[in-house]
Amino acid sequence: MTEVTEATDGARTLLSLVPKAESKQSMKDFKSDQEVRWCPGCGDYAVLAAVQGFMPELGLAKENIVFVSGIGCSSRFPYYMNTYGMHSIHGRAPAIATGLATSRRDLSVWVVTGDGDALSIGGNHLIHALRRNVNLKILLFNNRIYGLTKGQYSPTSEVGKITKSTPMGSLDAPFNPVSLAIGAEASFVARTVDSDRKHLTEVLRQAADHQGTALVEIYQNCNIFNDGAFEVLKDKDQAREAVIRLEQGRPIRFGADDEKGVVRNQATGDLEVVDVTPANEDQVLVHDARTASPTTAFALSRLADPDTLHRTPIGVFRSVERPVYDTLMADQLDAAIDRSGKGDLGALLNGNDTWTVVG
Amino acid sequence: MTSQVSSPAEQADGAGGAVVGGQRTPGSPDGKEVRRLDRVIIRFAGDSGDGMQLTGDRFTSETASFGNDLSTLPNFPAEIRAPAGTLPGVSSFQLHFADHDILTPGDAPNVLVAMNPAALKANIADVPRGAEIIVNTDEFTKRPMAKVGYETSPLEDGSLAAYNLHPVPLTTLTVEALKDFGLSRKEAERSKNMFALGLLSWMYHRPTEATESFLRQKFAKKPEIAEANIVAFRAGWNFGETTEDFAVSYEVAPATKAFPTGTYRNISGNLALSYGLIAASQQADLPLYLGSYPITPASDILHELSKHKNFGVRTFQAEDEIAGIGAALGAAFGGALGVTTTSGPGVALKSETIGLAVSLELPLLIVDIQRGGPSTGLPTKTEQADLLQAMYGRNGEAPVPIVAPRTPADCFDAALDAARIALTYRTPVFLLSDGYLANGSEPWRIPEVADLPDLKVKFAAATNHTLADGTEVFWPYKRDPETLARPWAVPGTPGLEHRIGGIEKQDGTGNISYDPANHDFMVRTRQAKIDGIEVPELDVDDPDGATTLVLGWGSTYGPITAAVRRVRGAGLPVAQAHLRHLNPFPRNLGEVLERYEKVVVPEMNLGQLATLIRAKYLVDAQSYNQVNGMPFKAEQLAKVLKEAIDD
Repeated sequence: MTEVTEATDGARTLLSLVPKAESKQSMKDFKSDQEVRWCPGCGDYAVLAAVQGFMPELGLAKENIVFVSGIGCSSRFPYYMNTYGMHSIHGRAPAIATGLATSRRDLSVWVVTGDGDALSIGGNHLIHALRRNVNLKILLFNNRIYGLTKGQYSPTSEVGKITKSTPMGSLDAPFNPVSLAIGAEASFVARTVDSDRKHLTEVLRQAADHQGTALVEIYQNCNIFNDGAFEVLKDKDQAREAVIRLEQGRPIRFGADDEKGVVRNQATGDLEVVDVTPANEDQVLVHDARTASPTTAFALSRLADPDTLHRTPIGVFRSVERPVYDTLMADQLDAAIDRSGKGDLGALLNGNDTWTVVG
Repeated sequence: MTSQVSSPAEQADGAGGAVVGGQRTPGSPDGKEVRRLDRVIIRFAGDSGDGMQLTGDRFTSETASFGNDLSTLPNFPAEIRAPAGTLPGVSSFQLHFADHDILTPGDAPNVLVAMNPAALKANIADVPRGAEIIVNTDEFTKRPMAKVGYETSPLEDGSLAAYNLHPVPLTTLTVEALKDFGLSRKEAERSKNMFALGLLSWMYHRPTEATESFLRQKFAKKPEIAEANIVAFRAGWNFGETTEDFAVSYEVAPATKAFPTGTYRNISGNLALSYGLIAASQQADLPLYLGSYPITPASDILHELSKHKNFGVRTFQAEDEIAGIGAALGAAFGGALGVTTTSGPGVALKSETIGLAVSLELPLLIVDIQRGGPSTGLPTKTEQADLLQAMYGRNGEAPVPIVAPRTPADCFDAALDAARIALTYRTPVFLLSDGYLANGSEPWRIPEVADLPDLKVKFAAATNHTLADGTEVFWPYKRDPETLARPWAVPGTPGLEHRIGGIEKQDGTGNISYDPANHDFMVRTRQAKIDGIEVPELDVDDPDGATTLVLGWGSTYGPITAAVRRVRGAGLPVAQAHLRHLNPFPRNLGEVLERYEKVVVPEMNLGQLATLIRAKYLVDAQSYNQVNGMPFKAEQLAKVLKEAIDD
């Protein structure tokens, strides 16, 4: 793990590089004139509405906001935002956004991607963006299926998934995007659900405030090819048992009457779920996403059963400050000018070893 | 050199055997004989770990500051340290220098410095009889000789009788010179390349101060190593001056007449290209953003640009080739001069993003330092076999302009020209250099900054279209009627928020469109934009009214021009033209081709330019091809041209 240090500039300073909106904005300001063309009932609509509704709260000049996407259903997102946007190619959005964010610190750059785009064809770019800690907000729409290509299994599909390309069941073990991101040195990792507008908005708020790369996994329903994939987390009765809400500074408890809690097994160091009793109540883990070590965040990400999604934590797993790549890059440019003065082209071309030919 | 001045010596470029044009001038300071030469070709050869590239670089710098015209050819294996003493581990550096203008590193060396048996064995076939060979006798012991298949010592068995052999115990002499330094034998031996450099510097009257200060700087943190190298360097010089074996030294006068008035420096292709990119960024007043992944032989551009952050240059070493170009394209969207540098295998990986850049119509430079292919191929050797990849290597109709420099120094101008096209026409542009240009060097007349082209661009600042209802809007694909370029509206510009992408766009609005007629129109429009790029007309050098034209492109300029001089020197007329722009071609190319009965196209590939011009102009061009990882030799090309003319 990279050493977590006090960041060179606080969140306020970094965001303050992005110009503020001159007047109050509303959701309408962020809607483009393009007709939204996702399938009726798609979870993407909810996320789009949440993002459009949340953007005015940031108060940033909308011309300084950019949405970059790859390929897939979710990657059509930029067309519907009345900001600058680029719908790029499959898997490459983090790389393209890195070039933009590192060269233009006055922009608020958002990446919209899906489980196939970010974790399959673009896996390499995702992990490297995370380890560099480029100032990007990555929204990973995870529907556990390939929608745009009509229903093949994805890198987050459960083992044994029957799809068009896997009539006898898929063979590969899925990625857990949160575990992957924590392993890739991410400084901010969160998970939320498309249908929970309040939770989604709160997570977006924290992601926007974060300096560096923020990865937000959004469980999103594909009602055509993988309908109900997250039903257990959405159905009121089941959700009480299935969802673990992570809240900073609060004991990690869940269940219909908060009767269950997450504790650390003293022998193995691993996390486990227990029935909370007066005897063990003080052992229930208090959530702290800001702790330097990623160990507990990783352990939390492993609580969920990949098949049933029981015991799925949602919320912010990890939020730590560490130096931001764009800032470091800009600092080096400043340091070079301090050391050698602003570049002089004539002097550069001449070098130190010349000779003169006189007519 | 791009000068067209012909000299008798160039016509005999490397044709003869021994040193040409000798002339006695008695009375040198050390009482030894001094001969005047008009040109010399030296090849330093040794093990990969012997420091031959450094030795060659230093001799080149001395020669450049002395004022000779010069051309160099480094040649080294892809392995960092191949097994010591083996043939695959041999690294060499050839330098041609003269008192007149020259065009190539020379066909055959007049002097071979062989640091071990492998270096002798690997290079002897290129050395003409009568040439001088300096060998390090310390390495000619049983095992190193057996390793490369010498059963008897070539120094003693008479097999080198036809050469002017100088056996020198370089290692012993170096160790002896450094005995007071308290270095281990192994450490002391490392300076033997500097001993050899000192000896050669004496033989050719090179200035030495720069090398000494270079060594002091290079080993600033280890002053005793710096001093040891300087002592070895001086010992080599003194050895030449005192030993009987070297009875003659040589003078090659500065090439004052070959050069137009001006200030000069020596420069390699990759350095010139790096400077060209920085100059383009300054002239365009746009920050330079390089997204790159290390690859031979392009990495030196990444290294060089990363030194110049005080010019506002951002260098991003990406996780792979795709991310390298992706970041450059992202920066271009934000208003930077985006550049990615690579070689053939990297271009293959970048293809999809190049297609995206074609569709987005954003400026972007793709620098391809070509090397031997296919696949990993010959990473450290030169080739011109990426032309068709640059031209056609993408899905769909995705035309990309191509610019190719012709000499190491020309990489500077070619980079500026590629930037001009990218910025004016909002398009990705290929800059096709190669390993020979990248690592080779020549004198460069340093341009005045005031004479560099103005590349300033105007970002879109306001709406550009009025809808039927009178609403003022911004259309990202509303084109300039002259250039067909679309407006470049960068994020941060209020009121011009827009979305672009790789999906087909409606003309004008840029909105997604699957309309068949619109797609047909957009495909043709993107092609028309590239076809309409302004490039200078093709110059033809044809003083004698020839019927045969030799047409080249890129780095073959030097060897082709040297060959043309020879052919004309032999009394045969031949016309020469050399393409810098491969897409679009100069407008007069078809007319030029029609003027000649025969068109010969020499290329370091299997006929890629020939394929293009045969297809486009229905001309029966004759290909002459070589793909051995090395540049053409002038003599060989002259023979081909003579045969074509006589045919």
